Amino acid sequence: MSTRLSTLASRWDTGVVVRASNTWSRTSGRGRAIVYTLALLFFLLVVPSGPIATFMAPGSDWRTILFFPIGMFVLLALGLNVVVGYAGLLDLGFVAFFAIGAYTMGILGHDHHWNFWQVLPVGVALAMGAGVLLGSPTLRLRGDYLAIVTLGFGEIVRVTANNLDDFTGGPRGVSSIPHPPSIDSVKIGDSRPFHYGVLDARPYYYLIVIVIVIVIVAAKRLERSRVGRSWAAIREDEDAAELMGVPTLKFKLWAFAIGAAIAGAGGVFYAGQASAISPPNFSFEVSVMILAAVVLGGSGNIPGVILGAFLVAWLPERFRGFTQYRFLIFGALLVVLMIYRPQGLLPSRRRRAELVEGGGGGMGRMGGDVGSAEQRREVDE
Amino acid sequence: MRKFSRQAQVLVLASTLVLAVSGCKSSSSTGAAAGGGTVKVGFMGDLTGANKQLGINIHNGAKLAFDQYNATNPANKIEFTDYDTQGKAEQATAVAPKVISDKMVAVIGPAFSGESKTAVPILEEGKIPNISASATNALLSKNGWKFWHRVLANDDVQGPGAASFLVKNAGFKKIAVIDDQSEYGKGLAKAVSAGVTADGGTVAVTDSIDPKADAWSSTVNKVKGANVDAIYFAGYYSAAAPLVKQFKDAGVTATFASGDGTLDQAFITGAGAAAEGAILTCTCVLATSSTDPAVSKFISDYKAAFNGDPATYSAEGFDAGTAIVKAVQAGKTSAVDINTFLATEDFKGVSKPIKWDAAGELTGGGTYIHRVKGGKIEALGNFQDAKL
Amino acid sequence: MSGFTSQFWASTIDGLTVGSIYALVALGYTLVYGVLQLINFAHSEIFMIGTFAVLGFFGILGLNAPATGFVLVLVILGALIVGAVASGGTALALQFIAYRPLRRRGASRLAALITAIGASLFLREIIGITQGTQRVTVKTRVLEKTQLFTIGSAQVRADKVLVIVAAVVMMILLDRFVNGTRLGRGIRATSQDAESATLMGVNIDRVVSTTFLVGGAMAGVAAALYLIFYENTSYDVGFVLGIKAFTAAVLGGIGNLRGALIGGVAIGLIENYGSSFTFTGAQWRDVIVFGILVLVLLFRPTGLLRETGGSVRA
Repeated sequence: MSTRLSTLASRWDTGVVVRASNTWSRTSGRGRAIVYTLALLFFLLVVPSGPIATFMAPGSDWRTILFFPIGMFVLLALGLNVVVGYAGLLDLGFVAFFAIGAYTMGILGHDHHWNFWQVLPVGVALAMGAGVLLGSPTLRLRGDYLAIVTLGFGEIVRVTANNLDDFTGGPRGVSSIPHPPSIDSVKIGDSRPFHYGVLDARPYYYLIVIVIVIVIVAAKRLERSRVGRSWAAIREDEDAAELMGVPTLKFKLWAFAIGAAIAGAGGVFYAGQASAISPPNFSFEVSVMILAAVVLGGSGNIPGVILGAFLVAWLPERFRGFTQYRFLIFGALLVVLMIYRPQGLLPSRRRRAELVEGGGGGMGRMGGDVGSAEQRREVDE
Repeated sequence: MRKFSRQAQVLVLASTLVLAVSGCKSSSSTGAAAGGGTVKVGFMGDLTGANKQLGINIHNGAKLAFDQYNATNPANKIEFTDYDTQGKAEQATAVAPKVISDKMVAVIGPAFSGESKTAVPILEEGKIPNISASATNALLSKNGWKFWHRVLANDDVQGPGAASFLVKNAGFKKIAVIDDQSEYGKGLAKAVSAGVTADGGTVAVTDSIDPKADAWSSTVNKVKGANVDAIYFAGYYSAAAPLVKQFKDAGVTATFASGDGTLDQAFITGAGAAAEGAILTCTCVLATSSTDPAVSKFISDYKAAFNGDPATYSAEGFDAGTAIVKAVQAGKTSAVDINTFLATEDFKGVSKPIKWDAAGELTGGGTYIHRVKGGKIEALGNFQDAKL
Repeated sequence: MSGFTSQFWASTIDGLTVGSIYALVALGYTLVYGVLQLINFAHSEIFMIGTFAVLGFFGILGLNAPATGFVLVLVILGALIVGAVASGGTALALQFIAYRPLRRRGASRLAALITAIGASLFLREIIGITQGTQRVTVKTRVLEKTQLFTIGSAQVRADKVLVIVAAVVMMILLDRFVNGTRLGRGIRATSQDAESATLMGVNIDRVVSTTFLVGGAMAGVAAALYLIFYENTSYDVGFVLGIKAFTAAVLGGIGNLRGALIGGVAIGLIENYGSSFTFTGAQWRDVIVFGILVLVLLFRPTGLLRETGGSVRA
């Protein structure tokens, strides 16, 4: 039974996935453009529609959930994927940059009456700056030391926001944050896709889909660029990369800053929709959930990361009628999925190759290179 | 061995799937449609989160009011639906539009202040009257909301009331004020500190503890070193109970006082003998025994229905429910009509007289003092008249 | 400043007490990390399960008054053993069910970390559902909190002495085990160089299992001491404590046993000194702890004491 399950999984990988990606690589530019457009239309029109909503979210409002947590988790996971998936840096405090973006929107928007679109670049820049500030001294640290420092940074940001009453509103947080300005003249039927109110969350969802598309395009381009190749080199063997003349610190810093910028943008959008934010929104659990999304889906592979983020955000909502047990199930699912698919649901080809070679995909293999014969055999299978 | 562990894994997987499937079932049956002659009222609050006991208390209080009303076979029955927010702002945001699309005509909740800030604007746009039984943040009534109400006074009433009692009636001059870093705790602590100073007392120590940890030794040492007459802790009972124990064990003899978050029998259960003599303030009156026939009927009915004493905010939940029952009895079945009717209501609830001003605050809410004596909470009365 | 000087001795004693508990829990993180290079996120839940087991043990005993004399010694020893068995057993079960399949497949450390997070959620929720999410209290005090003697201006209570002494004894026993027994030397060899250790005939599976068992048992002892000292627990008690203990392990140099001891005590003292200043207060405690951690790592990138050879390459 169990062997059948794992054969099924491997057949899925070698069969369906590889065939699909082979077909995809043979598809022409125009064919791809059609597929992309259809996918975008599907996400904009079909996904938020009524019949889907009743199935997907029986206990809460599907359109609100589509924006947060689902859309937001996808965006944050794409950001963290740059750090963890591409550069192989373990970040346990990613929520800090999300918080910085959200507080920028809150403070500038509420206290200084800035417009949402004016705040957005500032929020992104501040989050990026915080990433560089945190990264430049600490990215010299390796592996798990970086993990604890980032975890600490996340906690420092949250506790500081909770303590600086005069500046951040303390535990009360910031409320009455302005929504993005509406453009009510645009109407499609009786829906107003650019009306940023409080009741209908679809306009925010459209907005975040567009942001996600931009991030995906940018991430794809980065991955194939010199920067992306440097990240892969760092991830696979940092010492070797350094010897080959890759300025590792510089590129690690880039990964950190880009990830932070994406999270900062997410924060600005979140505050602009929620209209009230407070420190408990930015707890350590959020960092953990986003990391789980990236690894669960398939670290380094964009479709995988999106799938992972969707599952992590959606499953607890789907099991709302069953509230008491939803995190129990989520925890068990994480364990079971990691046992059967430690490389994630949709691993990237390159990472799969790295795993088979034994590099462990960036952060090394569990137990170092403990070479029990059995283990070797299983890897070769 | 290896085979065995594989089988165990499959077992875990299979049981997870079974759980997941049964989850689908239970959740799909919740949206049962209402027939004619029913009025749908929702509950928004923490039913499964960290402070679920408070949410359940409110829920049960309101449910009692509705069940008693439905038992009279009225023309329009009230159907009560739960919308669990786990007390989290982001969950409340996702649930509020669902409340509107499910066509609720009134809401008991949102329970806490944090979730109120994000969810009430949505209910406001959906024009659904909502009555909170426990949100005490003073700023909530300053938003110009027209559909929002609460059945208890805010922190700016409780803080000065508590301070006045401690300084003037009880004669404590040197007071330590400690909060639990939460929105509720910090707001209340600020109001108490200001009140103590205004009434001629001194705030000798202020500190904030992390309610999730137990390592509060530095706070205990500070209070011990300052030799205060009383300690006011603004926070919930789950932290208040171990905190008061740590004070007593360290030899601190100052009187321990706390607010509505601690006004619960669970505080005494947790703290044991260390709770004895503690002063608990609230803008509510904890009803566990009363000479008022209406209140004692509520207590015995509640006991019969839920197999336990009414606890913190149960009476408030009952009063919020009663307010909606009265509107429905008057033939108001649409959300807007109910809201208009609420503004005209003026009745004696089991916790206090209910009459709202235009902002949704109670007119004439006050602070009431309680004391722990012989392992029970006894009510001492209004903060101006109460004596130790 | 006045707060710091006037409470110096009280802060020192309290810092050493809570630091001892941090250190015992930190040992589990450091042992597992040394052998597997895995941050065992579920270790905080292993500790939590220990507190509930000891709570159940006290419930079965059904004391009506604090114990004294010989009975007291028996009760405390019993609590330590119950905690060690429950936590050690949980850790071992976790290793067999969750971590071993991963290790055999040569999964990435990231996948192992997510497994640990999943296991942590699972264990925490199981206890939350079965035992409730409210704090649960020890009904009858086990050890009377009598004042034994004073140091400087601070009184020293019996329960604080117990925590510190028990922690020191456990450290000495662990040191004996790791340095003096064959299995212990296996653990050391594996954490220095796993591949060579295998070649030299060390049974890796046994070493890993022993590591989890010993680390879990240490957390269980910490859990028993925690319950005797604080007299309450809850399903999420491990969260804050786990982060502190993990920080302690990293501060001392993860993978290094003496480092865990020094790190734990250092964090306990920093917390108490740091929040005794009048101008800071307890709300800045965690910022001070993490701030100092970052500073230490900037100047000593592998912690106060250097980590053992094995994980330098990580």
